[in-house]
Amino acid sequence: MKIIVAIKQVPERDAQIRIDAAGKWIEESGFQYAMNESDAYALEEALQLKEKHGGEVVVLSAGPERVGTTIREALAKGADRAIHVDCADLSARDALGVARLLAAAIKPESPDLVLAGLQSDDLGQGQTGVILAELLGLPHATLILQVEKTETGLRVKRELEEGWFQWIDLPTPAVLTIQSGGNKLRYATLMGIKRAKTKEMRAMTAAELGVDAAPVVVLERVALPLKQKTTQMLPGTAKEAAAALVEKLKFEARVL
Amino acid sequence: MSGILLVLEQRDGHISRISWEALAAGQLLASETGLAVSAVVVGAATESLAAEVAAKAVGRVIRVEHPLLAQYTADGFILALHQLIESEVPAYVVFAHTYQVRDYAPALAARCGSVLIGDVTGIGAGPTFTRQLLQGRLNGSYRPTGAGPCFISVQAGAFRSDAVEAGTAEVTIFTPSIDTAQIRTTPSAPFRGSAQTVDLGSAQAIVAVGRGIKGEENLLLVRELATVLGAELAASRPICDNGWLPMERQVGSSGQTVAPKLYVAVGISGAIQHLVGMKGSQCIVAINKDPEAPIFEVAGYGIAGDLFEVVPALTEAVKAAKK
Repeated sequence: MKIIVAIKQVPERDAQIRIDAAGKWIEESGFQYAMNESDAYALEEALQLKEKHGGEVVVLSAGPERVGTTIREALAKGADRAIHVDCADLSARDALGVARLLAAAIKPESPDLVLAGLQSDDLGQGQTGVILAELLGLPHATLILQVEKTETGLRVKRELEEGWFQWIDLPTPAVLTIQSGGNKLRYATLMGIKRAKTKEMRAMTAAELGVDAAPVVVLERVALPLKQKTTQMLPGTAKEAAAALVEKLKFEARVL
Repeated sequence: MSGILLVLEQRDGHISRISWEALAAGQLLASETGLAVSAVVVGAATESLAAEVAAKAVGRVIRVEHPLLAQYTADGFILALHQLIESEVPAYVVFAHTYQVRDYAPALAARCGSVLIGDVTGIGAGPTFTRQLLQGRLNGSYRPTGAGPCFISVQAGAFRSDAVEAGTAEVTIFTPSIDTAQIRTTPSAPFRGSAQTVDLGSAQAIVAVGRGIKGEENLLLVRELATVLGAELAASRPICDNGWLPMERQVGSSGQTVAPKLYVAVGISGAIQHLVGMKGSQCIVAINKDPEAPIFEVAGYGIAGDLFEVVPALTEAVKAAKK
């Protein structure tokens, strides 16, 4: 099975948020970046499928030069090779624009399966995989926790709301978006990290892929959420705050 | 271009609560733009659903009906709604942001050359649409600039379903043309996950732990706090994903919804997926090192500090108070 996994590099969760001078995005200088969480689970699913059924795992990521570190991490975990869509203006593209870039890179590869994480931890749109399916003309399923190969294609376990699940059969080639928690994530081994350095990482630009950036929706402005300030913050040392909280819970909220 | 199409979903044979909220958003958008709202129900037998909606202040109710729509499939819904959109040429298409909508609306929008603005929490002048970024730590304001219809889905709880006005509407039927071979996926009947032995829903007090706890070995700290409070232990998704606590102790959109008297959130930043599962709690306490964490927005009491110092101190203070 030839599997392409689309992964995104996102800011670390505890990155300090400061809005930039234009008010259109945040100051990213000094940020640490990481592999998007559900994409890491998509990669894990791909690696396990390859271990069971053979084939190839190709990692695909779009973004500026820095995404190379996240791609190397995926290669170190066991992906065979990588495609980097080198694109400094990723944030100026909408979900369709980004999916067009990825679809253009995927098409000539003719994979059996395309995996993407359910949604990104930064923009949280949760659309890339679904739009990819549309652009590639492939069937898809979302929120997938488990993937089994069948004679005619795949049988996948989909998470619904409130503890409900569902099995779905679909033919390959197909696109799946992977929910976190279906597998246990592996760590890169020292050997894996060494070998990653020799693996193929092909870079191509948006211009080479023939995809322009004209967006249909524009992120016009960002703002910090308005504080409603109903929270009573309890200051002081841990001990003082804890004592104040117990007082409040006992005599004000009356829940102790 | 004409009007606003509002796509409603059913739950247990009735229009779902979040669909009514989407209708309220549609009516707000109607007053912002001066356009008329048409409500859309999709399925194989939609008469009673349509009747429910026809008693509200909408211009029209459209029953999109076909035997192949009896069970939800992305292929079926995309085909049917794409044909409806081609025929109606709406300016806006509004959905509730459900798991089902997330499964097909992005592809439907792409087929129309457009992009879904998903999980919308507010509608502003223009109109512009607000949605949350970076796990709720930032708001983004989006403006549609394309020529095609603008697709939006609204977040659960962001609009008030009781704001929907009553009225009477005519009901029409739209029959899409769908062929069996066009439905490429075969869904099986939904089933419940393993029998739940923990009913967090009836707990009087809950101590919930999140990513901030850092390692499985640190769970002892929150267990001790839960014990002195007589509380059930619960967690946000990442803790259960890591296998540190069983899935049945997960609170949030993919876990249980709880409303105890006391909810203590430890090291939980407060992503919307967690908040929807617990914000109905009577008294919420948040302990988090980041004073800007969204969890403090729903908390009654907050301590911005290192949980590894605060939690043991709190355990001792509760013990002392109960003596």
